[in-house]
Amino acid sequence: MPKVRVATAWFSGCSGCHMSFLDLDERLLEFAGKAELVYSPIVDIKEFPDDVDVTLIEGAVGTSEHLHLLAEIRRKSRLLVAFGDCAVTGNVPSLRNPIPREEVLHAVYGDGSVPGLEGGEVPKLLPQALPLHAVVRVDHFLPGCPPPPDRIWKFLRQLLAGKEPELAREDLRFG
Amino acid sequence: MITLRIDDIPVQAEPDQTILDAAKAAGIRIPTLCHLPGLSPVGACRLCLVEIRNWNGKLVPACATPVQEGLDVVANSDRLRELRRTILELLFAERNHICAFCVANGHCELQDLAAELGMDHVRFPYRFPPLPLDASHPKFGIDHNRCILCGRCVRACSEVEGAMTWGFAGRGIFTLIEADLGDPWGDAKTCTGCGKCVQACPTGALFEKGRATGEQEKRPAIVAALTERRPRAQG
Repeated sequence: MPKVRVATAWFSGCSGCHMSFLDLDERLLEFAGKAELVYSPIVDIKEFPDDVDVTLIEGAVGTSEHLHLLAEIRRKSRLLVAFGDCAVTGNVPSLRNPIPREEVLHAVYGDGSVPGLEGGEVPKLLPQALPLHAVVRVDHFLPGCPPPPDRIWKFLRQLLAGKEPELAREDLRFG
Repeated sequence: MITLRIDDIPVQAEPDQTILDAAKAAGIRIPTLCHLPGLSPVGACRLCLVEIRNWNGKLVPACATPVQEGLDVVANSDRLRELRRTILELLFAERNHICAFCVANGHCELQDLAAELGMDHVRFPYRFPPLPLDASHPKFGIDHNRCILCGRCVRACSEVEGAMTWGFAGRGIFTLIEADLGDPWGDAKTCTGCGKCVQACPTGALFEKGRATGEQEKRPAIVAALTERRPRAQG
């Protein structure tokens, strides 16, 4: 049986969801037996590949780069998973949403040259940090801040077995 | 005794009971949020909506609808599950409920209901409104970002403490809970500082100062415990 082609990406988030993924510990061996990690912050591949079966995205859509990459990921992935609360709800990055982006950037960088204000070397900060499904179609939602490793595994195992992943009750808890 | 049916189970109830009381006695779960034993029912949140088959499927709030002879009540169905989830999603979209670093994370009735009712995401656009936090009271704080306007604090303050400090100001999504006539809570002359509002609040909107993320546990049952010990004049 060919391995499932899995990708992960990291948008506006703290990387905690990826840390929780690594906390799968010995279950990572079973994962590696069934899946191939074709793109991820933890593997050194620069371009998002074609024909990806499942992509897990951590973080909210916060910059012009996320917007660009999200469109590419959606186009090249069969299934897209909102991985963790920031991707599902906006969560912590969305704290800035009631405040105008210019005000946020000047508060952080002062009055001089402000990275992210206009396009250029640094991607432009979007007016609001949004959940993935506000921008593209999302197939599955895996909430939690971060989702605990057991919840991630429950989800991935179903997915790797070719089943429609189902989470219920305590496995849907935000926070 | 009145006999009715809830989810096709025959149930008996006293005439002064509500559909919610009868369902509870029969062990049938109906989700609630604005309802709190010890306070008068207001039917504000609509999460306890049930369907009455012999009223052409009319939807009524179980917490505020008295039992009637022969009622055929549906308490759980696909239609109700979808309605309840939609109501929850609207509550989440309306203000900034960020569970991850809320004082009530892990002890929140709104968060619990989202998990129970299978709300894996919110289908409505979030409003992200800029809302204030009032920390002027020496013991407590109110964070309007977490408030769902259930009015449990308003009722606990007026019906149990008798201080009538809290009230609603504004209309619709712009409604805010206000102390006295919009004074900072710390300046409210009527507030006795009893904290019943904080214990009655189902979310992290009202909290005790000094609580960090996830540290604010609530004791909403204290309201019923008080009213049972100190029954209000009947009639």
